[in-house]
Amino acid sequence: MSLRGRAYIAGAYEHPDRRLPDRSTPQIFRDVAAGALADAGLDLGDIDAVFCDSNIGGLSSLTVSEYLGVRARYLDSTDLGGSSYLAHVGHAAAAIAAGKCSAALVLLAGRANTPVRAPELPENGFEPIYGPTVVAEYALVAARHQYEFGTTAEQLAEIKVAASQHAQYNPHALLPDPVTVDDVLASPVIADPLHRLDCCVITDGGGAVVVVSPEIARSLPRTCVKVLGHGEAVKHAINGGGDLTYSPAVWSGPAAFAEAGLTPGDVDYASIYDSFTITVLVALEDLGFCPKGKGGAFVADGALRSPSGSLPFNTDGGGLCSNHPAFRGGMTKVIEAVRQLRGEAHPNVQVPDCQIALAHGSGGSITTRMGSATLLLGVADA
Amino acid sequence: MSALPTPAPPVTPETAPFWRAAAGGELTLPRCTRCARFVWYPREFCPHCGGGEVSWQPVSGRGQIYSVTVVRRAPHPAYADAVPYCVAVVELDEGVRLLTNIVSSELDAPAIGQPVEAIFDPVDDERAIVRFRPVPIGREGAS
Repeated sequence: MSLRGRAYIAGAYEHPDRRLPDRSTPQIFRDVAAGALADAGLDLGDIDAVFCDSNIGGLSSLTVSEYLGVRARYLDSTDLGGSSYLAHVGHAAAAIAAGKCSAALVLLAGRANTPVRAPELPENGFEPIYGPTVVAEYALVAARHQYEFGTTAEQLAEIKVAASQHAQYNPHALLPDPVTVDDVLASPVIADPLHRLDCCVITDGGGAVVVVSPEIARSLPRTCVKVLGHGEAVKHAINGGGDLTYSPAVWSGPAAFAEAGLTPGDVDYASIYDSFTITVLVALEDLGFCPKGKGGAFVADGALRSPSGSLPFNTDGGGLCSNHPAFRGGMTKVIEAVRQLRGEAHPNVQVPDCQIALAHGSGGSITTRMGSATLLLGVADA
Repeated sequence: MSALPTPAPPVTPETAPFWRAAAGGELTLPRCTRCARFVWYPREFCPHCGGGEVSWQPVSGRGQIYSVTVVRRAPHPAYADAVPYCVAVVELDEGVRLLTNIVSSELDAPAIGQPVEAIFDPVDDERAIVRFRPVPIGREGAS
């Protein structure tokens, strides 16, 4: 059974703040739940399912449902890092299609500026002792991509430039000023070959979406977005045999397209996870928007710029310029796709007649172990 | 030895043989007794074929750089005083790719494809951290 058309996103809300020193993570959960419910025109009592990552600790989705006061009959704390929320939308749609629940809250809340202790993990003796920062792990991918395919720093920089062009129209963006390729290359190198402006922002906050059954969607005054397809996958470095030139999007993308009955050529707008510029480049190739190794040439032609490019991306400014709450960018990827399909993106970056959107998230780290999830979303009659 | 930090890795029953060998200046990897593939990071079972037994096999410690970066800012906390330092994925001659550091006096010198060999930085009597250094000029191909 396909979930195509069996579930809709009825509400979406992104926390407007980027620094929340005086608000606890549970409080932020409450903020984003209330925001998404208000957008959907629903009350907490209408919700019967809760989806969130395991960041809060404790019993995760159970802890959150208790805190929020949701009498949930379906809970899911699947943690795929920053891609969790895209997976959650797929899981919620499947659960709704299966009759397990009718209205699900998918939430992210956290504070990236609050230190957390790392849990005990089996790889701890063989990775952290070498000082591999997250930037360094993505830098290793960028270095290998440059070595194998001739990708240039200028091509990577264009991804940031396109995001910054979009961010200037987002009043909440942390970095709203447009930058040039030269600006990116002149910013300090964090880990070769990635510069500071190849990296996403660090922000507090979060977001939430509400996923409902077709019956509820029809009863609501808001424009609802149809869930067309979903795929998720993980890739890890068993035997250290990891090939750094691709991500698990090579599996999650085709699965989502197959379920939706669509191809990359059908996509009008794409939210692509952008923890770093190289994250976008690899995902574009893996999702099938261009051949492997050709991502550099693809972006250098201005493909990502809205509305002129062939594949407008991250029209909110993305993680590179606007928001990357709690080190997890997947939620905002869904939210901006909803805005585009509702025609509610900023007029200067709204894709005309946007019918089909792709939202792609990834999480963990691309050098070691990574989860990814891909959603295909459409307008109500798609 | 290098001048890099030597944060103490946790020793578990699964990994103790690796650390003991490294403390003695030897690189050993677990290898499945059924499908003969190497297992990395170390486990007491085979994640490839599901085999329940591995044996520890000494390997050459030689390989080449698969990818490499120099961390110049925002270092790992344990490396706060070591910036800049080199993080790499090395592909051993036996085919296993592992995360490590390249120890070199010239940080810009390490390049993808560069032949390297293992060195061992002692932590204590039970453990040493395995890192790699470029094979000195004229010794490439030496056994």
